Amino acid sequence: MQFGFSAEQEEFRGVLRRFLEERSPTAEVRRLMETPDGFDREVWKQACSDLGLSGIHLPEEYGGQGFGFVELGIALEESGRALLCAPFFASAVLAANAVLLGATEARRKEILPAIASGRTVATLALTEPDGRWEVPAIALTASPTSDGWRLDGTKSFVLDGHTADQIVVAARLPDTTGTDGISLFVVPGHAAGLDRALLPTLDATRKLARLVFSGVPAEPLGEPGTGADALERTLDLASIALASEMVGGAQKVLEQTTEYAKVRVQFGRPIGSFQAIKHRLAELLLEVELAKSAAYFAAEAAAADDPELPALASLANACCSDAYRNVASESIQIHGGVGFTWENDTHLYFKRARSSELLLGDPAAQRERMLAKWGIS
Amino acid sequence: MSQHSEETVRAEVRAWLAENWDPELRLTEWRTLLADSGWGCPTWPREWCGRGLPEPLAEAVREEFERAGAVGVAQGGGTALAAVTLLEHGSDEQKRALLRPILTGEHTWCQLFSEPGSGSDLAGLTTRADRDGDEYVVNGQKVWTTSAHHARYGMLLARTNWDVPKHQGITYFAIEMDQPGVEVRPLRQMNGHASFNEVFFTDARVAAANVIGEVDRGWTVALTTLAHERRMADGLRSLVRGARGEGPIFDEYRRELASVMEPYKWYPQRAGRADLVVKRAQETGRLADPAVRQAVARVLILARTAEWTAKRAKAARVLGRPPGPEGSLGKLAASHVARAAADAHALISGADALLCGPDSPMDGVIAEVLVSVPAVSIAGGTDEIQRNIIGERVLGLPKEPSDAGRPFREVARNVGS
Repeated sequence: MQFGFSAEQEEFRGVLRRFLEERSPTAEVRRLMETPDGFDREVWKQACSDLGLSGIHLPEEYGGQGFGFVELGIALEESGRALLCAPFFASAVLAANAVLLGATEARRKEILPAIASGRTVATLALTEPDGRWEVPAIALTASPTSDGWRLDGTKSFVLDGHTADQIVVAARLPDTTGTDGISLFVVPGHAAGLDRALLPTLDATRKLARLVFSGVPAEPLGEPGTGADALERTLDLASIALASEMVGGAQKVLEQTTEYAKVRVQFGRPIGSFQAIKHRLAELLLEVELAKSAAYFAAEAAAADDPELPALASLANACCSDAYRNVASESIQIHGGVGFTWENDTHLYFKRARSSELLLGDPAAQRERMLAKWGIS
Repeated sequence: MSQHSEETVRAEVRAWLAENWDPELRLTEWRTLLADSGWGCPTWPREWCGRGLPEPLAEAVREEFERAGAVGVAQGGGTALAAVTLLEHGSDEQKRALLRPILTGEHTWCQLFSEPGSGSDLAGLTTRADRDGDEYVVNGQKVWTTSAHHARYGMLLARTNWDVPKHQGITYFAIEMDQPGVEVRPLRQMNGHASFNEVFFTDARVAAANVIGEVDRGWTVALTTLAHERRMADGLRSLVRGARGEGPIFDEYRRELASVMEPYKWYPQRAGRADLVVKRAQETGRLADPAVRQAVARVLILARTAEWTAKRAKAARVLGRPPGPEGSLGKLAASHVARAAADAHALISGADALLCGPDSPMDGVIAEVLVSVPAVSIAGGTDEIQRNIIGERVLGLPKEPSDAGRPFREVARNVGS
């Protein structure tokens, strides 16, 4: 296991950071978060063509860059730092991994190159109105018809679900329970019988949608009924990817708050000279660095296909969720009144922290899953 | 300076060991040979009992000693703290007189830094040393002194000038402990052990020739000692594993190690015993309780991320990169791990955690964890001092208001308990 980044990886990080500082400053984040789509297709296409953002870890045979999960982690850390408003997570992480892991070779060749190039924005529809991210909770039904399959049910909390061109849908075969009968399908965003609605949410930088399927015709990605393992693995990788994204945001909001503590003067002294603030910031730095270690170690484990991966994925996700939430809420406190205003950027991070914490299962559930995967019972 | 390759160094040390290592020797006889040869302290200069080797080659020498099962120079505060400080700041005369008996184990040393009124604010110390002819007269009190009761010498910080700022009037002495003006009393801690001493000085005497470095410039010398202090306890623990040989020399060596290690025997409990949390939760059947499971999971996450963070810091050092924030966080992280582990142990063991006797959980280890963990966030720099250091040196936050610029005479005295 490596515990440092190579010079090339640091260079890659530098290139991404410069691009995102230029194309995704907070003014742009604020503009895009007010739009219903929530992202700019042209910027996204450019990020994919210039930087290969959407295909970093996809093999070259599918139009990707052929890098590993460590590089994907770096990219997510930077996108989280910039609060990038784009379908990066939905398309490159959730959908691409589901296809890579759960689709036939023919389907991969058909779908992945378009995702990698940014021509297609894709997502994964897994959770339902009960908000549970566990595979056995899937209830949406896939029924065989005379000429294929139809999907009936409701998906909710679907990332970029209202704008995606392709939707990978996690469904179950009729009369199955648990992980039996779990199947992955793909449907176009404008399929007949599919009703899509943007959900009003507290984090406007991450768009979530509710999708109602009423007899939507769908193509299976792989052999119907055998999708549970691929889906579990997709969720493990998504947990690690989200951990990386959270660590980037946590680091950035900590930096901004530290700078503020140096210039904000009260009682004749910068507030950062008071131990009440200084010590809090030192603790937050510790929390962020521990979270980074978790995210980096888990990304290495994903790159190395480590057998501990499922436990480490939950470990990283729980650790980074707690760190991001705590750093963001303490950052508001340290800013004082101005931190509670819309004009100040801190709330953007606070809201992203909350939406990330609850996206793939809350930290307590992740911790429980970590113990279970380690066989601690 | 000749060029050494690892192979030639290994061959040389092997040949020397084959010729000289003999478990039938007395410990001091053997260590006298070691000191003469320089193989006992390979990184030290040749003229001072060393061989002037760089660290990677010294590591190879240590491996050869381990392979041969040969005993090394005496370990503990003498070698780890006093000797390295003397090497850097001592006069040639002092090095000639003091280094060799440290390495042979004939002289042990103790560290006389902290005072009841000067813990975190060490430079605020008020033990005084007043010049009297060729000697200084020492009055005051020290505390948290490990092994003072059998030490031959003490590394003493005392104030010699009260009219200059606090850091500029302190002198570093090597004081002989066996004299009428020095009284050593054991200090009992809240966990029942007495690993430290209080040391009282009443007109104790120290020769002016035993000033290490310059008069009033002792703070710089003290920083050298402090820089080595943190590494010492870890180094000592690894020694115990090596003391398994047969022969008279090993009997002496094991007695010495037992005496050196005595004060540290509860240190694993001080760190919280995160390693026992899962085992205890399984033994007690408490893993069915979701609250226990969450507590256990939190300990595991903290312990593992702290370990990975230390490895990131080490990897950066090996690559020669500038130290990142991850390098300054270990001690604070350890406090969090210890507290979380202690809380989990209490939750897991329930009322049994209160028991210390023979029928108690793990023969009292769990109870000892609960009453030892409070030390981890105090010893070797409190969490509060760590947070100041992290805040100021890593995050670049403005410094605390300081009394360091005024003559010490005008500074409000620290108040002890």
